[in-house]
Amino acid sequence: MKPAPFDYHRPQSLAEALALLTELGDEARPLAGGQSLVPMMNMRLARPEHLVDLNDLAEFDFIRDADGAVEIGALVRHRAVERSDLLAATHPLLPAVARTIGHDAIRERGTVGGSLALADPSAQWPLLAVLLDARVDLASQTGRRSVRAADFFTGVFATAAAPDELIVAASFPKLAESEGWAYRSFTRRHGDFAVVAAVATVKLDDDGRIGRARLALCGVGDRPIQLDAVTDQFRGRMLDAAAFGRIAAAAVSPHDDAVASAALRRDLVEVLSAEVLRNAVQRATTRA
Amino acid sequence: MTKVPIRLAVNGEAHEFLAEPRKLLSDALREDLHLTGTHIGCEHGVCGACTVWIDGKPARSCLIFAVQMQGHEVTTIEAIAQDGRLSPLQQAMHEEHGLQCGFCTPGIVMSFEAWLRDRPEPNEGAVRDLLSGNLCRCTGYQNIVRAVLKAARQLRGETR
Repeated sequence: MKPAPFDYHRPQSLAEALALLTELGDEARPLAGGQSLVPMMNMRLARPEHLVDLNDLAEFDFIRDADGAVEIGALVRHRAVERSDLLAATHPLLPAVARTIGHDAIRERGTVGGSLALADPSAQWPLLAVLLDARVDLASQTGRRSVRAADFFTGVFATAAAPDELIVAASFPKLAESEGWAYRSFTRRHGDFAVVAAVATVKLDDDGRIGRARLALCGVGDRPIQLDAVTDQFRGRMLDAAAFGRIAAAAVSPHDDAVASAALRRDLVEVLSAEVLRNAVQRATTRA
Repeated sequence: MTKVPIRLAVNGEAHEFLAEPRKLLSDALREDLHLTGTHIGCEHGVCGACTVWIDGKPARSCLIFAVQMQGHEVTTIEAIAQDGRLSPLQQAMHEEHGLQCGFCTPGIVMSFEAWLRDRPEPNEGAVRDLLSGNLCRCTGYQNIVRAVLKAARQLRGETR
């Protein structure tokens, strides 16, 4: 349970970090909070030759209001999201979900950028990014580009970022004033990665019918999925959470693994989808 | 592999020694600084036994490399008792039988000492929520919950 040897680099600027990543190629791994990378190194599932420690790049430790979205720097810790007054006021879904990540000591270190970069298919930040169609901002020595969440996550622990690119920030579009939201996960133990998690937003019409609804799920594939095909069927209808859960369950293709059978995952999708829809509608009703 | 100079500030004291960059903070504390109060359990961030503070905030010392800590202040369990007197939480753990073998105890104390500073009136559910980040295989947790709630009462100035 000790990591393999590596060379340690501690760049003092983004330019220096990007130069290192370009020079060292895929022998190097960026290190942010280390709450996933270091366990993988301790178990020797990861054996990078070089670690590029990003923790001194304080310029990427920011949360700011950007018109219709909030921008979160890659080095922001989950605990900072939990405690942010700005997010509590402008995007309460984000802190509500961030506080379900791991445990306190994990959230003090783990970062938003690290979670997006790792692309664990059961993790909270990729799920939120897919739900909200977040924008992931990448930098490399050759320039900057932005990728939509739907295109960013390409598989289990796989993203559209190249080895010489760093995530510098992500932009999460805000909800409408009257839009309700809810998140619910099923975990084997408190603080574990979700077996299945569901997150929904709902905007109601003036007469209380469902206007726009969004649902995203994780734990049913190699990356989080957004179920527009399901939510669109409910536009203009009154809430029928049970039917919604059934249709969501029919729309996913989960897998068997050591943690849960496909049948259990499908059941969880049905129950959790119904619950988040119901709770999001309730929150929308309170806010309207 | 090449050793590099590691500079660590622990419990207000500066230390310098040579170690490979792969040396975990947990191992550096125990092997190089002989601060063996920090216990090492799972070495992948699950059990919480190795919890210390970095700049006053709880963190798993098995998930941090010692070389990263230059410019940061590390606090370990050795700094919690003052002048040989147990902290109110340590005393409550003793009185309520919040430990048996004691292996998980330093991590639990480090988690809750930091937490109680910001939460003078915790409820039982919140205590259990935080305690889920620390594994204990002896006590069944009930007495730890009782000890934390007792320490909170004492820190608020209530006698019992």
